[in-house]
Amino acid sequence: MKEITYKVHRFNPEKDSKPYFQTYTFPLKPAMTVLEGLYYILEYLDHTLSFRSSCRMAVCGSCAMHINGKYRLACNTQITSLKSKTVVVQALLHLPNLKDLVVDHTGFFENLIALKPWLLAKEPVPEKEYLQSPKERKKLDVVTECIMCQACYASCPVAGTDSKYFGPHAFLKALRFVNDSRDNATKERLHQVAGETGVFRCHTIFNCQDVCPKHLDPAGAIAKLKLAATLEKLKGKLKTQASA
Amino acid sequence: MSIHHDIVVVGGGLAGLRAALQAKFAGADVAIITKVHPLRSHSGAAEGGINSPLANNPDAKDDNPEAHAYDTVKGADFLADQDAVDILCSDAPEMIYETDHWGCPYSRYGNGKIAQRYFGGGRYPRTCYAADKTGHYLLHTLYEQALKHQLKIYEEWMCLALAVENNACKGLIAYDIRTGTLVPISAQAVIMGTGGHGRIYRNTTNAHINTGLAMSIAYWAGVPLKDIEFVQFHPTSLARTNILLTEGCRGEGAYLINKDGERFMKRYVSEKVMELAPRDIVSRSIMTEIEQGRGIDNAYVYLDMRHLGEKKIDERLPGTKELCLEFINLDPVKDPIPIQPGQHYTMGGIDTNAWGETKLAGFLAAGECACISVHGGNRLGGNALLETLVFGKRAGQRAAELVKQKPNSPSPKALDQALKNLQAKQEELFKGKGSENHFDIKNRLAQLMVEKAGVFRTEKDLTEGKAKLQELKQRAKNLAPVTQEKRFNFDYIFSMELQGNLEISEAIFTAALERKESRAAHFRKDFPERDDLNWLKHILVNWSSEGPKLWSEPVKIIRYQPEERKY
Repeated sequence: MKEITYKVHRFNPEKDSKPYFQTYTFPLKPAMTVLEGLYYILEYLDHTLSFRSSCRMAVCGSCAMHINGKYRLACNTQITSLKSKTVVVQALLHLPNLKDLVVDHTGFFENLIALKPWLLAKEPVPEKEYLQSPKERKKLDVVTECIMCQACYASCPVAGTDSKYFGPHAFLKALRFVNDSRDNATKERLHQVAGETGVFRCHTIFNCQDVCPKHLDPAGAIAKLKLAATLEKLKGKLKTQASA
Repeated sequence: MSIHHDIVVVGGGLAGLRAALQAKFAGADVAIITKVHPLRSHSGAAEGGINSPLANNPDAKDDNPEAHAYDTVKGADFLADQDAVDILCSDAPEMIYETDHWGCPYSRYGNGKIAQRYFGGGRYPRTCYAADKTGHYLLHTLYEQALKHQLKIYEEWMCLALAVENNACKGLIAYDIRTGTLVPISAQAVIMGTGGHGRIYRNTTNAHINTGLAMSIAYWAGVPLKDIEFVQFHPTSLARTNILLTEGCRGEGAYLINKDGERFMKRYVSEKVMELAPRDIVSRSIMTEIEQGRGIDNAYVYLDMRHLGEKKIDERLPGTKELCLEFINLDPVKDPIPIQPGQHYTMGGIDTNAWGETKLAGFLAAGECACISVHGGNRLGGNALLETLVFGKRAGQRAAELVKQKPNSPSPKALDQALKNLQAKQEELFKGKGSENHFDIKNRLAQLMVEKAGVFRTEKDLTEGKAKLQELKQRAKNLAPVTQEKRFNFDYIFSMELQGNLEISEAIFTAALERKESRAAHFRKDFPERDDLNWLKHILVNWSSEGPKLWSEPVKIIRYQPEERKY
């Protein structure tokens, strides 16, 4: 039977002074995913290993990790697709490590919450559903599909050096509401994303677009927000000049 | 450390979030404890949609709550309580409009109204959907509301025991997964919204987190489980992984074909219904094809959507395509998909009334962990998401009223006792005198449940299964020492969950042996007919140290008298 070797990032702040890699070798099953391998280790080789997981079908966002040089979901990455005899698994690098492959996502979610990620609905609220044309609804494709897995956030050098920078996930969410015909706060949202820790800090490196396991486009969202925020500012300015 | 809230909701999925929001709207001091971040909840994996008789689809002009109720009762093989079903269906439109007003991106028709598709067992296209990721969108929408209303959430805390005194729930003991601490939480009302027990079956579509532990915690605390023998097997789970492929595929026109390329459903139901029969019937049909040698590799049949074309698949079923490509390297535009029935849903659960109340004062439940019962012997696709919202809201409302009306006085003594019991159990696990690996026991249990309490059941299989289960229970008493690390100690968590897995499985075997008839998802080859005279009733199970104790309660039949269930 074929075997596979995992090199796994280990760190238990209760007893380890610094992180280290631990190696495990075990039988490789056909189409086995990286997550299934981690479960094999936990269940049969090392009960002390810690990692997050839930749905194992790429929709819950629990298991984003750094796997063989790239941020991916462990659950939808097949081991053989890595084309390597060794699987190197690390936690998300820019986030504080709590233990082994588990990171602290508090800052990630705080940055999201700062941008008011909920519908600020148009009044009056109708008795039945808001009428929304298929064309308007189409603008919600992609931008609503983010699973908040943090792969983009961990890969972003700006987020890595400034914990206050809202981050690609938060901007994608902001665009989701800007694009929503039911939302009434576009102006406020554009003002907010254009602030000191906002979209203009993005260096357009495209890591977020490159790593997104759902094939979404936070970089594109940031570009759209930059443009919309710029136009919004110019519009105000032009108006002031006209009235002067 | 000791914490108090008027109401504590266990679980951050749709039922838990909706319950907590309602309690907050009603002015109560409420907090959620959830063993994973709310967005990691299994509600997010629901795909196909949520039922509501909005009559938006031109084919559904005549649809109404009563038609929805009849379909639900017939789908349930007349085991559902009809008063609760009426509530489910009459409250449905309000739930859709509410989540639309909160931003759920439902798919739309040209006139701007919410789109609806056909689902199994429904006479009208009444399943509202947002592509094939409806659960994901609803979960994110509810989470956004939780943020907006600043719900207090104890993230990565799980409930390990209830504190009970004089038949009243006084709070619970939580386990903080980040620090490894047991924390007593005093509460006037506890609402369980923790999902199903899917992971006790190896072939489940459910997430790793769906172990049913909270269900067994209620069971241990003296609350009965109801209809626990009814387990839903979804017809179309993806080969090897058992990942769910939505019923929406068939709703959009996909075929089921055997190895000869034949649409075999015509052998089992009318030509009009075909692939859109209720799930229990389709699952049995697939298993029969496989048993009679018309399957693929003796394990699968095909779900064929090639004739739908790339455009429709990309627009309506993008998630399904993505799952096939990522997990089995297959493009459903070009090739038929190998599928098999997989455990999907827990119809039974914590016995509640239509307000979520249980026989234990101050303890409520909602969503998949609860059994009201609105699903009876078989749940219709699209009714689970609906149930979480309708009955989550009602449980939150009721808990808030209870807290206002009649204070449930705190009992530090009850909390202390529950804490001491858990500490003793923890000590026992840490010291472990045996050599058994609890993960291995869990894996063997999951295989046993598929083999002995699956789609088809017999007295022989169930008896053998129950005997093997006793062996596993014995092995579980001789565990090797469990890891004592504090942070994210999954060894400890899964060893605790195994105890619950074994109890729920025993309840399933016992009730399934008792029910000597075939009704919906419970199919006994040795009793292949429905027997209303003897079995038109709910089986309830109480925990006792000598094993499960069974009793029964009548089904509430109001408008729809039992009739032959033909499709």
